[in-house]
Formats: sequence, C-alpha cells, structure tokens
Amino acid sequence: MWSFSNIANNLHEWLSNTFNPTMTLIIEMVLAGVAVIGLFAALGLVLVIMERKVSAWMQIRLGPNRVGPKGMLQSLADTLKLLVKEGLTPNGADKFLFNLAPFIAMIVAMLLMAPIAFAKDFQLWDLNIGVLYVSAVSSLMVISILMAGWSSNNKYSLMGAMRSGAQIVSYELSAGLSVLAVVVMTGSLQVSDIIHSQADGWWIFKGHIPMVIAFVTFIIAVTAETNRAPFDLAEAESELTAGFHTEYSGMKFALFFLAEYVNVFIVCAIGATLFLGGWMPFHIGNWTAFNHVMDYIPSSIWFFGKTFFLIFVIMWFRWTFPRLRIDQLLNLEWKYLLPISMINLLIVTAMAILKWHF
Amino acid sequence: MFEEVGTTIDGDMIINVGPQHPATHGVLHLVITLNGETIKKVEPHLGFIHRSIEKMCESLSYRQFIYVTSRMDYLSAHINNHACALCVEKGLQVEIPPRAQVIRVLMDELTRIASHELWWGAMAMDLGAFTPFFHAFRERESINDIMEETCGARLTMNYMVPGGVMQDLHPNFQKRTKEFLQLYKRKIHEYDELVTGNIIFQNRMKNVGYLSAEDAVSYGCSGPAARGSGVSCDIRKIYPYEIYDKLEFDEVLETAGDSFARYMIRIREMQQSIRIIEQLIDNIPEGDFQTKTKAVLKLPKGEFYTRVETARGELGVYIVSEGGTTPYRIKFRSPGFSNLSVLDHIARGSKLGDLVAMMGTLDLVIPDIDR
Repeated sequence: MWSFSNIANNLHEWLSNTFNPTMTLIIEMVLAGVAVIGLFAALGLVLVIMERKVSAWMQIRLGPNRVGPKGMLQSLADTLKLLVKEGLTPNGADKFLFNLAPFIAMIVAMLLMAPIAFAKDFQLWDLNIGVLYVSAVSSLMVISILMAGWSSNNKYSLMGAMRSGAQIVSYELSAGLSVLAVVVMTGSLQVSDIIHSQADGWWIFKGHIPMVIAFVTFIIAVTAETNRAPFDLAEAESELTAGFHTEYSGMKFALFFLAEYVNVFIVCAIGATLFLGGWMPFHIGNWTAFNHVMDYIPSSIWFFGKTFFLIFVIMWFRWTFPRLRIDQLLNLEWKYLLPISMINLLIVTAMAILKWHF
Repeated sequence: MFEEVGTTIDGDMIINVGPQHPATHGVLHLVITLNGETIKKVEPHLGFIHRSIEKMCESLSYRQFIYVTSRMDYLSAHINNHACALCVEKGLQVEIPPRAQVIRVLMDELTRIASHELWWGAMAMDLGAFTPFFHAFRERESINDIMEETCGARLTMNYMVPGGVMQDLHPNFQKRTKEFLQLYKRKIHEYDELVTGNIIFQNRMKNVGYLSAEDAVSYGCSGPAARGSGVSCDIRKIYPYEIYDKLEFDEVLETAGDSFARYMIRIREMQQSIRIIEQLIDNIPEGDFQTKTKAVLKLPKGEFYTRVETARGELGVYIVSEGGTTPYRIKFRSPGFSNLSVLDHIARGSKLGDLVAMMGTLDLVIPDIDR
C-alpha cells in the first residue's frame, strides 16, 4: 500500500547503496531540512487560506475568490507582496534583536516539527523524550515575542510582549499537566510509543472523563500559548493596534505570521497525537470488518484529518469569542485550569495504577 | 497639541491612542496615563475633524443648512435633519401634515435600529470578536436599502425638510419594511447567542465602567449612556415631538450603571423601535407629505430651541434669528460630546482593555463630537 514510510525507506535504501554512510546522513539531513522548510511554507499558505475561508463562512461572506480557482492562490499572492515589501527597521529600535526575533519565532516552529509523526513510521526524529522536547522547545516561543516587543522601542509592542510573556508562561503549566496525563497512562515520553498505545482505542475514548478533561484543558491552554483569540492579548488589535509586531513589515512580519500558523498546526498535531491517536485509524473493539475498512485509509490522511479538525476548532474559537482581559486571562489559568488539571492528573495517575482504563 | 511622548515624573507610561487607532472609530486622540495596564488618566484631544459646521450654517439658508447636519452624526442623519426641521418649523409656526409626521417617526426609528446595529457590531469588534460585525451588517443593509429606495441615499439621506419630508414614500416601502421586521425577528436570537449570552463577553462588561446616576447627570450624559445608570432622559417621553406621545413604547432603563447595562439598553431599545414601527407601518395616513411653505424661508426675530432623541442621546438645535434668510447663530448640543466627557471619570482604575469596551458602550461618533 502506498505510504510515506515506503517512500522514505526506498529513498534511504537507494542513498545507502549509492553513497557512503556519512554522505548518506548528510544528504538525508539536507533533504529533511528542505522538507521541513517546504512544509513550513506550504502550511502557511494552506492555513491562511483556510482561516480566511472559515472566517468568511462564519461571517456570511465569500472570502477571497479572485486569485486562482475559488481564491485558492490568494495567500500565494499575499506572500509575493510581502516578499517585495520593504522591511523597515525603526530608528530607535535595537536593530540586532529586532531583526533576529522573527527568525527565532520561525526556528522554534521548525524545531517543533522534529518529533511529529506525520504518518505511520514517518517521523523525523523519534527521540525517547519526544513530549518533553515539545513542551521545552515550545516555551522558547515567548523569547522571540519578548525580543520583538522590547526591541521595537514601541509602547504598544512592549505591552503586547509583556502580556504575552505572562500568558505563555502561565498556560505552559496546564498544557504540560494535561500532556502528562497521557504520559502517565502510556508510561512513555516517546511519541511513537504513545501512538502505539492507542492502537485499540484513542486515549480520549479509553481514558474516561478525566482524559476528556485533560483534552479540553489542553486545547484551551494551547490556544492561549499560540496567542490565538480569545487569548490574543499579545496582538489585541483593538487595544494595541498589532501588539508585539506593530513595527514589523514585509517579510519579517510574514515570518511572525507564518510562525503563528505553523505553531497552531504543531499544537494541533500534538493534540491529535496524544489524545486522538495520531495516525492510528479509528477502531471499535471487535468490529473486525469495520476496523479493516478503517485500516485502508492511509495513515497520513488520518493524521492530517485529525489535525485539521483541531485547527478548525481553534479557528472556530477565534471567529466566535470576544477577547479576555489580561487579569481574567491569568485568573482563568491560575484559579481554574491549573487546579483542575492538577487534580485531574492525580485521578489519571490513580486510574493508571489501578488499570481503570480500557 | 501633542504631549511629549514618554513617562511622567511618577514613572507612569503615557501612550497616545489615536488619532489613527482601530479602537477610536474615527480620529479621536486619547492621551492615556498608564501604570502598567491600569489607567490613571484619560485625556481626550478633540478637533481632528472639526469642520465648523455651526459657522457654515450661518451662511446657509434655512433650507440648505439641514443638509450639512447629516454629516454631524452620520449614523443618525435622519434624526439630525429632523431636529433642524423641527426647529425651523417652530420658528415658522407651521403644522406638518400627519402623513409626514408618521413618515418622520418611521424613518427615525429605522435609523435608530440601523445605528444600534452598527454600534453592536463595532462594540463586539472592540472586544475582539469580528463575526458580530458582519451579522449586524446583514440587518443594517436591509434598512439602508429601504432608505435608498425612498430617500435616494444610504447614509446621508437629507430627507427631512422644513414642512415635512422631501418626497413621498416609495411604493415598496411598506413591503420592504415588513420584510425587514421579519428578518430582524428571525435573526435577533443570534445576537444573544453570539454576544449577549457569551460568558467572556459578560465578564468583560459587568462591573466595568461604573457610572452613577448623579455623575451621569452632572456630566450631562444623555441617551443610552445615562439611561444605563437609571436616569430617565428619553426626549421622546419627556418632551414628545411629532406623534411620539400617541405611540406605545417603553423608555428602557437599567440601573446597574456598568458597561453591560449600557449594552442592554441599546439591545432593548432596538426592540422598542421595532414596536413603534409595527404600530405605524400599517397605519400611515393618506394625505400630503409636505405643507406648502414659501420658497425662501425667513424666521422671525428670536431664539428657537428644539431637541430630539437621537440614537446616542439628546440632540439640541438652537437657532438665533435676526429675521433674515440665514440663521444669525446656530448651536448644536450634541450627545457625543457630553458622553465623551465622562470617559476619564469611568475609566480611571480599570485596565486598558476595558477602556476600549467603555468607549464602545458610550457609542462615540467622532464627527458628532467635533462637528
């Protein structure tokens, strides 16, 4: 059957037969890097057009429909425009940090691609602490935002950055705790182990209500972590014009913009992997025929289907809810989400010890 | 005019919101002193679109000056024109035919709904929700279509003239208005589901921007801003003009005085306007739509003052006449100006994000403030 892993294996075999091991490794690293950059760009284009179409659908309008068939090339045209735009650096700005910040945002987003399993046996780096790696690297995102906000020498940017700092640092906690719930159940931090543990049912179904609570907490926390509405206080266009990237223009702005969308994709991919079984098809206990039919759907379609469903949910939030205020935002985390996810983790741990799950 | 951008002696941060800023809905400049996120002082700077409408009116005849006033509060252009027409009619001492009166009231109430619709969308946008804006425009567009058919314009209608209205209603008017009423009733639940009932929205609005009844009076607030604090100030009830005293509608009052009360006032006012339109739409009397007036109007020597209830509050028109064809002096008492003055009072001590919400509930239209 056609799959990504076959392509990867064939390529690896051909390279090993043609070149010596060192050369093979170098070529594979370059190929992986190119693939990540390509995916990065492709995701940006797809997600931007998706967001515009979803918002148009929710707002009773048509959305972009002029460039290309049904407006599908709109984001390509926008990218082209941003590429040829002048990237201004304000006079009072700290020029080095100002120009560095968007690249950090991009690099962090790219690093997070490493442990994600896009299809069966198709993963860049299946390191044994995959989940820990993801939560560690994703918290680096705040550095680029703080850097951008501070170095712009603009009060709106600074306020956006400070808000974002407080927000991301707080919401890391409940995101981490809800991820831990899955880790406790699986007994492993490795992404492939977590996926294989869901072969006979996804954690959201196997883990009773505590797992559903963990999933909901996770979705709320990552929405806040990626600065998406209703937690988009770092941008808050009605209060801070554009928040931390007020002073950015051209491609430097586009990198922030891309990084935001790629981050959304990544957190949704993590959510799909941890709670919805990643590339695992949907199986129901003893329904062998049904399970076989589900197996015929390629694993990459399962993975991207689940991920894009979660992305849609996050977009749905953005186009439905008003924004929270900064104190309400922190209250929500410290007074509600954090205690809930802590108690939830305790319950999940008890469940895992007593084997109270399916 | 611009204060030096920087910090105060206490180390507080001063930020300039505006003149070009997404939250001010126009060219309003707010100099805000901030302690972290907390507001210590808000200083509005006005005059960015001052067009000296009052002075302009002095050189225009009593027929002409009404058209300029459409550009003051552009969201309730009909009602502005209505106030001016009433004032001129008071001076001329003409009675206008019942058909014209009913048409005027119908147009006023449609304008009020259209204005509140726009406010609702913009207010939600201030709080970061974009979708309500488009939902509000769905209804508002159908009102604009009705206006376009009858008045020939969608925003600055210039339909009210001294002695009545400019032309008769379009034959489609009743049908289209009934269609609008249907649409409104079918869709109004979306407003509650999308915004009013939303827990985030309620948390953002409740106990924020408290304005007591005494302060509302002493700052000269009017309209929904004052009625949200429990001050009864609906000109349509207190000093009825046209046929408002014969109509059945309630003055909407809330006592909480916070942003949410001001929000609810406008939502409920839309329903009262619907009620008024329903009473009138099938009972438009036949007859003239305009009384015969002289080609050149001359007001007798003296002073004339009328007031009406616009979507934002009390609009007063004060004309001093020397007996000529143009006013000697004209003064508009605009609701937006007084409502803006209360902003500093209610915003102190709250967070920056709430300032935007408060400005939203005051429903500021900058050309109305600057004139």
